[in-house]
Amino acid sequence: MNGSRPMVLVVDDDPDFRQQLRMQLEAAGYDVTTAEGETAADALLETMKPDLAILDLMMERADGGFALSYRLKRRYPDVPVLMVTGVQHETGLDFTTDTPAERAWIKADAVLGKPVRFEQLKRELSRLLPRE
Amino acid sequence: MNTLRVLIIDDEPLMRTVVRRALERHAVTIPDIDGECRFAVEEAESAEAGLALIEASPPDIVLLDLLMPGMSGVELLGVLCARQPAPEFLTVMMTAYATLENAVLATKRGAEDFLAKPFTPDELRAVVDKTARHLLHVRETRRLAREKSQIRFQLLSVIVHELKAPLNAIQGYLWILKDLPADDDPAVHANAIDRCLVRIDGMRKLIMDLMDVTRLESGQKRRELASLDLCDVARAALDSVGPEAAARGITLNLAAPAPVPVTADRGEMEIMLNNLLTNAVKYNRDGGSVDVRLECAGGRARLEVADTGFGLSAEECGRLFGEFVRIKNDHTRNVLGSGLGLSILRKLARLYGGDVTVASTPDVGSTFTVEISCEPTAALLESTLAPA
Repeated sequence: MNGSRPMVLVVDDDPDFRQQLRMQLEAAGYDVTTAEGETAADALLETMKPDLAILDLMMERADGGFALSYRLKRRYPDVPVLMVTGVQHETGLDFTTDTPAERAWIKADAVLGKPVRFEQLKRELSRLLPRE
Repeated sequence: MNTLRVLIIDDEPLMRTVVRRALERHAVTIPDIDGECRFAVEEAESAEAGLALIEASPPDIVLLDLLMPGMSGVELLGVLCARQPAPEFLTVMMTAYATLENAVLATKRGAEDFLAKPFTPDELRAVVDKTARHLLHVRETRRLAREKSQIRFQLLSVIVHELKAPLNAIQGYLWILKDLPADDDPAVHANAIDRCLVRIDGMRKLIMDLMDVTRLESGQKRRELASLDLCDVARAALDSVGPEAAARGITLNLAAPAPVPVTADRGEMEIMLNNLLTNAVKYNRDGGSVDVRLECAGGRARLEVADTGFGLSAEECGRLFGEFVRIKNDHTRNVLGSGLGLSILRKLARLYGGDVTVASTPDVGSTFTVEISCEPTAALLESTLAPA
C-alpha cells in the first residue's frame, strides 16, 4: 500500500461505471486505477499489485470477469476480488459467495449486482480490506 | 434415420409373428423430417407383461389387443391414460370385435387408431405408418417450439442486458448527484448530467434500432418500392449528420457524377445511408473527412463511404457485422452505439441482392462499400408482396 490510501483496480467495459466508481472511491479515501477490459487489466497487473480489485463479470467475453479473476488470484492470491454483474438473473448465472466452495468456484470474494449502491460497496470494501 | 420401437401386446402368438414380419423390414419416409423411419418390434403375450415392458422402457407405438385373458386391452389403456404426465407413445387398438362402441371407448381412453382383425400386412403397415408420421410430427413440432423459446430467451437476455447498462449508468449518476453537497463543484454536476443525457440518447437509439431489426425480420413493415435516386438519399443523410460533423471540424464530400436510379423502399435506403454516415462521423477523428462515392454500373448500385477514423484491425472487421457487436477500444470509449446498426445495414444490403464489405487500416481509416441490385430481386419482390 502506498501511504494510507489503498489502491483499488476497477475493470469494467462501461466508461460511466468506471467514472462513477472513481469519483466515489476517491472521495472515500481510495486510490483508483481503471481498465476497460481483460487485456488492459492483464497488462496493468504486470506492473502493479492492487490492494483490491472490482471486476465486471461480462466484458469482451461473457465470462471474462471469471477468467480475469482466476489469473489475478494466481498471481496475487491475497488480493480480494469483488465481482459486479448486471446479468445475474437473466442468464441464470445466479450465485452467491456465501460458502468457501462457492468462493473457490467463482474465484471472487464477493459478488454485487448492478446497479451498485455505494453504501453497499463501501461495506464490502471495509470487510474485505479492513483499515487500521 | 429414426427407429421407432413398436410393442405388440396380444395373447395370440401367430398375431405377434404376423406383426413382427410385416414391420421388421418395413420403412416409411416421413416428409419434412430427415430420412426414413424403421421399426423395431417387441412382443408381450399379456396386458400385464406389456405393462411391465412399458414401465421398464416406454416404446414409441403400442399395438394393443382389445380382448385378452387377465387384464384386457381397454383396461390397460385406462391404466396408461390415467398416468401423469400422459405417456409419449401412441396406441393402436386391434380387435376382431370392431364395433363402434369399442372404437369410441378406446378413443376416449386415448387410443390413436383402431385396426380391425383380420387385417392384411398392408393394412397393418398403413395404420402404423400413419401413427409413425403423426408421432414424429408431434415430436418435431415440440422440438422446434423448445428451440424457438430458447432462442427467444437468449435474444431477450441480450436486449435486457443492453437496456440495463444505460439505466444503471444513469441511476448511478443520479445517486451521486443526490449525495453531493449542494455547494460542490458545478463542473461535476454538469458532467454527470451530460453523461446521463448521452446514455439516454444511446438507449433511445437502441430501441429504434431494435424496432428496425424486428420489422426487417418479421416482414411486418410495409415495403413500398419506388424509383428513386440514391444520390438524393445520400444528400439528405449528409445534411442530417452535417451539424455534428461541423462541430468536430469533419469535412463531408459527396462524389456522385451521375444519378444512381434504384427501385427500393425509401425508408430502408435512408436507414442504410444514415447508419453508414453516422458511423463515419462518430468514429472519425476531429478535423477528419468523410468521402461518399456513388455510382451505377451493370445494374448494380455501388456506394462507398470512406472515413479518416481510427480504423479497425482484421479481427475487428471480422465480427463487425454481428448483432450487438461493439468494438471496444480506447477510441470508441466515448462513442455510444446500439451495436445493431451494421447488422441492420448488412441485412438490408442482402435483401437488395447485394452485400456490404469493409476495408480498414488502423489509425488511417475505414471504407465501407455497399453494393445492391438497382432492380429488386425476386426474393425482395416476394417478401414485399407477401410479408412472412
